[in-house]
Amino acid sequence: MTDYIIRRLLLFVPMALGIIVVTFGLLLLIPGDPAAVLLGQEATPENIASLRDALGLDDPWFLRLGRYMLELLQGDMGVSIFQNAPVSDIILGRLGATVELALVALLMSTVVGVFLGVTAAIRQGGVVDAVAMLLAQIGISMPVYWLALLLMLGFAVQLGWLPAIGRGEPLVSALGMALRGNPAPLWDSLAHIALPALSLALNSAAIISRLVRTSMLEVLREDFVRTAKAKGMRRRSVVWRHALRNALLPVVSVIGLRFGALLGGAILTETIFAWPGLGQLTISAISQRDIPLIQGIVLTFALIYASVTLLVDLLYAAVDPRIRLR
Amino acid sequence: MTDATEPAIPAEGPRRARRVRLPKPLRNASLLIGAAITLTICLLAIFAPLVATHDLTQMDMANRFSGPSAAHWLGTDNFGRDLWSRLVAGARISLSIALIAVTASAIIGTVVGLVSGYFGGWVDLLLMRITDIFLGFPPLVLVLAIVAVMGPGLVNVALSLIVVSWTEYARVVRSTTLSLREQNYVQAARALGASWPRILFREILPNSFGPIIVLASLGLGTAIIWESALSFLGFGLPPPAPTWGWSLSYGTRFIRDEPWMSIISGAAIMVTVLGFNLLGDGLRDVLDPRRQTRGGA
Repeated sequence: MTDYIIRRLLLFVPMALGIIVVTFGLLLLIPGDPAAVLLGQEATPENIASLRDALGLDDPWFLRLGRYMLELLQGDMGVSIFQNAPVSDIILGRLGATVELALVALLMSTVVGVFLGVTAAIRQGGVVDAVAMLLAQIGISMPVYWLALLLMLGFAVQLGWLPAIGRGEPLVSALGMALRGNPAPLWDSLAHIALPALSLALNSAAIISRLVRTSMLEVLREDFVRTAKAKGMRRRSVVWRHALRNALLPVVSVIGLRFGALLGGAILTETIFAWPGLGQLTISAISQRDIPLIQGIVLTFALIYASVTLLVDLLYAAVDPRIRLR
Repeated sequence: MTDATEPAIPAEGPRRARRVRLPKPLRNASLLIGAAITLTICLLAIFAPLVATHDLTQMDMANRFSGPSAAHWLGTDNFGRDLWSRLVAGARISLSIALIAVTASAIIGTVVGLVSGYFGGWVDLLLMRITDIFLGFPPLVLVLAIVAVMGPGLVNVALSLIVVSWTEYARVVRSTTLSLREQNYVQAARALGASWPRILFREILPNSFGPIIVLASLGLGTAIIWESALSFLGFGLPPPAPTWGWSLSYGTRFIRDEPWMSIISGAAIMVTVLGFNLLGDGLRDVLDPRRQTRGGA
């Protein structure tokens, strides 16, 4: 196990380096002079020259890459051009909202996906199975932004049950307040997160349900399931306790990977529901072509994603000995 | 050289990744419905100028936001422009970008996968590490970042989609190549002195077409979603290009009173993507090597 952990951790290093190189490379993709692009049309040649100097743009690229990496090691992601504040501070201020949204969506999609997948699997070939998988197919094909609009239109505009935009208290602090006898902020937070999380979750729920179904079908054919049935165990407990536990193994890694997709999808959801997270920040950074901020955001997203993947791999190895012995 | 009775993938080969299987009654239907939808939309896109009932830019302010009628089959938008005509024109844009992106990704990914799987060793190691790095970014984030620095426009949108899509082909083709290169017919070709490009492109590639076609079909759906997402966020083709995403996003300004414009544009995206996904799933069942070899092995 220790061997596996070390090997897996060692793989993370070139991966993280690669991610940094690609992120740095974004700057090289800018057509023309980055300094001129950054300063906009009113820039004078003197301004451009001084910015080029400040950004070190006249140095060869490998020197700039080296400097970029050194700064990153010190937690320095540069300074936002438009907000004139350290990129890392701006990102940290927004990160919580996005992670909260993605986690709630992940929870929703896992619960719905597992339930739908198991239900379809135990009724394989029947009407329930066909309907569940048709729903999943539609869920996979549904663009997040369209679903978000439909949900907003239905539940916020027409019915008026839920707020259309914004965020309440952060869930964690709202939960704290609820524990101290003030449940109002918690309800408010939940009402605000319901629609964004739901629209973000559906896609992943559909994908997870299809995987759970496939995995369940394989497990249900195994000997131990037959044995459990043969010794007279109740069907419900065979399915939900014995079979599901084994069927979930391959699904766990996919659930982890979905987290990356959820982070990306959050860009769209946050824009629609005015959720004050990284996604919204991404859009404003891109509109303003705030390159250091864009780089910082891309890097943050990618490093979170890579870390989650690493964590999932380690978790997987911990529960399934076949992996670490390979 | 290829023996017709030779299974595409040896049944005793390494276990392939778990595949998603649809229930039986849905399976063939999936292929049929998917093919019907995609064919219809492709035809509409190709003949867009012929099937359009109105000029794309013809405004009619008296008839803003009119619902579907005999004159305007899908109603009109905020300028009273005919939505049916704009949507079929939008299909043209979405499908062209998706087709360019998917073709290029498939070619790049396939070459990388073939070379990686066939040569193995440090070539494989290097190529797969590079693939991993690109897989390490949440796709939409990378797509947005590329368009952000390079600017919007058809070429840049397609390019950004290629950057995030080729990896899937590389991984799948690599794994089929790994098992195919041990096959007798490939060994025989090598023994006869065939050059490696010949082995890769004449012997191994034709037997990898199944999974590539399936990936491409599903990839078209994904590319359309991303392209529309870019247009939705305002980073796709700039107006007056009648992209689905733009029309969906512009419609949201009037969503409280006139949601129709957004709803119908989104529906166009969803139906098209659904078509490609159904087609891909259906094709997978038809082309799945495991199904072909079952019983024979």
